[in-house]
Amino acid sequence: MDKYILIPLLPLAAFLINIIFGKAVTKDKAHWIAILAVLGSFVLAVQTFTEVLGGKVVNQDVYTWFVSGNFRVSVGFLIDQLSAVMLIVVTSVSLLVHIYSVGYMHGDTGYYRFFSYLSLFTFSMLMLVMGNNLLQLYFGWEAVGLCSYFLIGFWYEKKSASDAGKKAFIVNRFGDFGFGLGVMLIFLSLGSVYYADIFSKIGTLQGQTINLLGYNVDLITLIALLLFCGAVGKSAQIPLHVWLPDAMEGPTPVSALIHAATMVTAGVFLVARFNPVFNLSPVAMAVVALTGAITSLFAATIALVQNDIKRIVAYSTISQLGYMFLACGVGAYGAGVFHLYTHAYFKALLFLGAGSVMHAMGGELDIQKMGGLKKYMPVTYWTFLIASLSIAGIPGLSGFFSKDEILWLAYNGGPVGKVVWAIGTLVAALTAFYSFRIIFLAFHGRFRGTHEQEHHLHESPKAMIIPLMILAIGAIAAGWVGIPEIIGSKIGVENGIANFFQPVFGHPHVHAGPEEEQLVMGVSILCAVGGIFVSWIFYSLKPEIPKSLAATFKGIHTTLWNKYYIDELYDFIIIRPVKWTSVNVLMAVTDGAIIEGIVNGIPRAIASFGAKLRKLQTGYVQDYAVSMAIGLFVIITLVLIATGR
Amino acid sequence: MSYPILSTVIFLPIVGAIFILFIKRTNESLIRWTALLLSLLTFGLSLPLFTSFDKTTAQMQFREVSNWIPAWGIKYSLGVDGISVLFVLLSTLLTILCVTVSWKSIKQRTKEFYAALLLIEGSMIGVFCSLDLFLFYIFWEAMLIPMYLLIGVWGGPNRIYAAIKFFLFTLVGSVLMLIGIIVLYLNTGKSFDVMQMMTTNYPYHLQLILFWAFFAAFAVKVPMFPVHTWLPDAHTEAPTAGSVILAGILIKMGAYGFLRFAMPILPEATKAMSPVMMVLSVIAIIYGAVICLGQTDLKRLIAYSSVSHMGFVTLGIFALNIQGLQGGILQMINHGVVTGGLFLAVGMIYDRTHTRKIADYGGTASVLPIYAAFFMVFTLASIGLPATNGFIGEFLIILGGFTASKLMGILSATGIIIGAGYMLWLYQRVFFMEVNPKLQGFKDIDMREILTLVPLVILVFWIGVYPNTFLSFMDVSVQNLISRVNSAGQPQVAQQILEVIK
Repeated sequence: MDKYILIPLLPLAAFLINIIFGKAVTKDKAHWIAILAVLGSFVLAVQTFTEVLGGKVVNQDVYTWFVSGNFRVSVGFLIDQLSAVMLIVVTSVSLLVHIYSVGYMHGDTGYYRFFSYLSLFTFSMLMLVMGNNLLQLYFGWEAVGLCSYFLIGFWYEKKSASDAGKKAFIVNRFGDFGFGLGVMLIFLSLGSVYYADIFSKIGTLQGQTINLLGYNVDLITLIALLLFCGAVGKSAQIPLHVWLPDAMEGPTPVSALIHAATMVTAGVFLVARFNPVFNLSPVAMAVVALTGAITSLFAATIALVQNDIKRIVAYSTISQLGYMFLACGVGAYGAGVFHLYTHAYFKALLFLGAGSVMHAMGGELDIQKMGGLKKYMPVTYWTFLIASLSIAGIPGLSGFFSKDEILWLAYNGGPVGKVVWAIGTLVAALTAFYSFRIIFLAFHGRFRGTHEQEHHLHESPKAMIIPLMILAIGAIAAGWVGIPEIIGSKIGVENGIANFFQPVFGHPHVHAGPEEEQLVMGVSILCAVGGIFVSWIFYSLKPEIPKSLAATFKGIHTTLWNKYYIDELYDFIIIRPVKWTSVNVLMAVTDGAIIEGIVNGIPRAIASFGAKLRKLQTGYVQDYAVSMAIGLFVIITLVLIATGR
Repeated sequence: MSYPILSTVIFLPIVGAIFILFIKRTNESLIRWTALLLSLLTFGLSLPLFTSFDKTTAQMQFREVSNWIPAWGIKYSLGVDGISVLFVLLSTLLTILCVTVSWKSIKQRTKEFYAALLLIEGSMIGVFCSLDLFLFYIFWEAMLIPMYLLIGVWGGPNRIYAAIKFFLFTLVGSVLMLIGIIVLYLNTGKSFDVMQMMTTNYPYHLQLILFWAFFAAFAVKVPMFPVHTWLPDAHTEAPTAGSVILAGILIKMGAYGFLRFAMPILPEATKAMSPVMMVLSVIAIIYGAVICLGQTDLKRLIAYSSVSHMGFVTLGIFALNIQGLQGGILQMINHGVVTGGLFLAVGMIYDRTHTRKIADYGGTASVLPIYAAFFMVFTLASIGLPATNGFIGEFLIILGGFTASKLMGILSATGIIIGAGYMLWLYQRVFFMEVNPKLQGFKDIDMREILTLVPLVILVFWIGVYPNTFLSFMDVSVQNLISRVNSAGQPQVAQQILEVIK
């Protein structure tokens, strides 16, 4: 047991040391403590993983967190196939991002602060995935959100950065609102918040309904959807996706770690973890699948026209997260988590590559002002290319295997599955297109920035490019653990990941035959190659085409450019009305005119009345007191009459 | 225990206050040190309440009973149980911090200031320990006067208006309660003995009338919607120590009053009125939170946030189940710690800048980084982040509220969204963004100020990470209280109201 505690505790210790002593003692050496801690966690995680590979599953409490009546919750760990994979993803990407940050954040005034937040994040994320109950998950959930808030707003003097951090936190609170109610509903229905109890008892709720504000709702569906609310917030799905693009205000390593590889996948983890609950509600499953599919298409279309390199990658993240939900929604949890795992590497690589580009360009983000970077920064180029090929789904690379698995299982997932399969395939083509748009615009062609920038172009330092190279290996090979049977049978490899996940997720149902599987795979490869090809024509061969298209379809282009105006919509229907109500209704009318009016008015009225009766009372205090007493008496009498006596 | 703990912690500060009045006016340092030593000593002497409290019984402990005015059946009767004991400790702790935070900021009438502070301490503890209604009423009223002076003499520019408003609101409530007390006295065989009242069954209609009489006093103190408007003025104008006492302890007395008197003495009425109370609580939660968004004054914003947070407290209490009640009581402690901490912190920056306008700040984190870190901890606790105390309280309350009424649970949970909104927005405007030129050159908080905040930070995480230390104190007493309320029959009125609400 001690070993498992250490996995999250090491980063926590590093956080405490750096946040308390960072300013005076550790200063620009802060990274050593942080890196050593996460390295320790990584080693322990690998060890744990091998144990789980050998079939070991641990479910144990550390201490009782709080008890109230029949409500009891503890801090405890559940180490199984799912959490073991998450442990590897979190600690490995975190370790690489830590190392990369040594180069990227070098010389920043908040150096020690940055590393302490990274450690705190790693701790929180580990607590989230390792918990054996919903409340610990919720703890990790909120704590990673807090770290995200700190790190997005890391350069807090910038208004846009502090705005973005705040936005991320508050938008997530909308999701957590549902999530929290889901937790309570689970407790009220099942009397426990421990996974083991919930999953063993959830079947007893089948067919039960609950009266919710006058409507009878299926209890399991309601629970599943409330939990999904939280996932929608954390994993930036429609309609709560608005915070993630803005989160790019944070330092780029943060975008790679938190807003691509780990934290944003917590929602997928939640749904996958609760597969026994979701499986019992076809409605909830359909909602998950469709939300995922629609989000993936929606975000991919926005990514087509953006010019900010980080935002394109951010929209691509939203889109890929949609893919994962799509998978979970058709019951292919294993495939969803498989994609989560491969995505962690190629997406972290894309972000870190983008960071490397920014580093060379002096903070420039606009890909229209780049070009020809290939010859200045070859390592960045090649690794970025590998990541792009992987996300596009070119056979042999990680992304291909996980994406193919998802599409194939979606194809088998009944009518809803067919719909989301079609959307997913279309998105695959769009993904290939916009990913290579970056490649062609930023790395090929001629340089379009200023002379000043051109003069400074350089490859990034070793601390930055070594993590890129390691991640590139992941972007190529991470998927090889899940080679589909139609290929694997020919080369004598079995689909390891699907078998591995079987104890947690069961086996997905497949009805269609191998010919169809080949067809599905062929279509998705065709989409990937086609997307890259069109991108090449548009941005390398005939650059005038995108411009004329944008001019021809001006309305569509403007809508996409403005991200469907969702931010403006929320501002208009939520933020402004609430603030307006606060100032113009509550402060001015209820507190001001009505309550204060009565409070000050009754004495005044009585005083003037009293004056006419030649002032029976003298002095303000008594006047007020007596008259208010009379007033309250009247109110109470009225209340008593109203309540029936 | 070799000394009567409760009497000691009540009268040591009061006697000390009188002693301070005899110190020479010009010897300010002696005055301050005497006040500090007295508050430390009181705290130290109150610690056995923490260490020797028997958590396995719902009985009153550390009892002291003697006849006072036998002709009228008035006794000097003290005692604490799991519901009140923590408030005594909170009072003795916060008083120390009030002394240290005022160290440099109170420059005139120092003597009277510290005397008033200690007087308030003694009478507050008296309120929490009294088991005789007459004695309780005396302490309840005694506290009012030094508090009135604290706001009226050492307060901000608009202090007179605020002080009178505070005084009048409270007084009107108290008058009605006094009538209630007398009626109770006459119906309990001419006795003010609370313990006896807790086992007496009063006719339902009498209970209802008494409930509203007590409600008048307690609701004003909490403060519940719609009698909350004295609070923003009082908080805003009060000196830092005054705000801390107000937020930390004084407004807890309203909720405490419900727990100690209204519920066990008037169980049927409590049960009948709980839907009404829950509705008022939820209104306070949302109303208080939304109105925070419109505030431009630091202290006023935190004051309104108290309305919202106290809404959670009363919601939990009137959910009348174990999670709600434990959460409610814990949240009272939490609110004392967190809002007390926020007011202390605001006082520290006010000592430097002499402005409370949010617009006068910005970029404070760059100028006073240590201060910013402390303020962040309180902010996070205020928005109920897990591992801080706020989470445990709010979670249990919403769970209790949700158990009692789904709609109330759902509505109250919206408070946590808006709560994050106004607190983070406040933090952004004060601490983030470009440094306001007005802040240039101010020094970060010093050791005295850090030591003032550290105890509260420790409590934030202690309660957040291992709340059982505190929940275990109240467990048995709360169970006992619930069974008392539930032993009462369900009157028809309650049924009707429940129907209407559904």
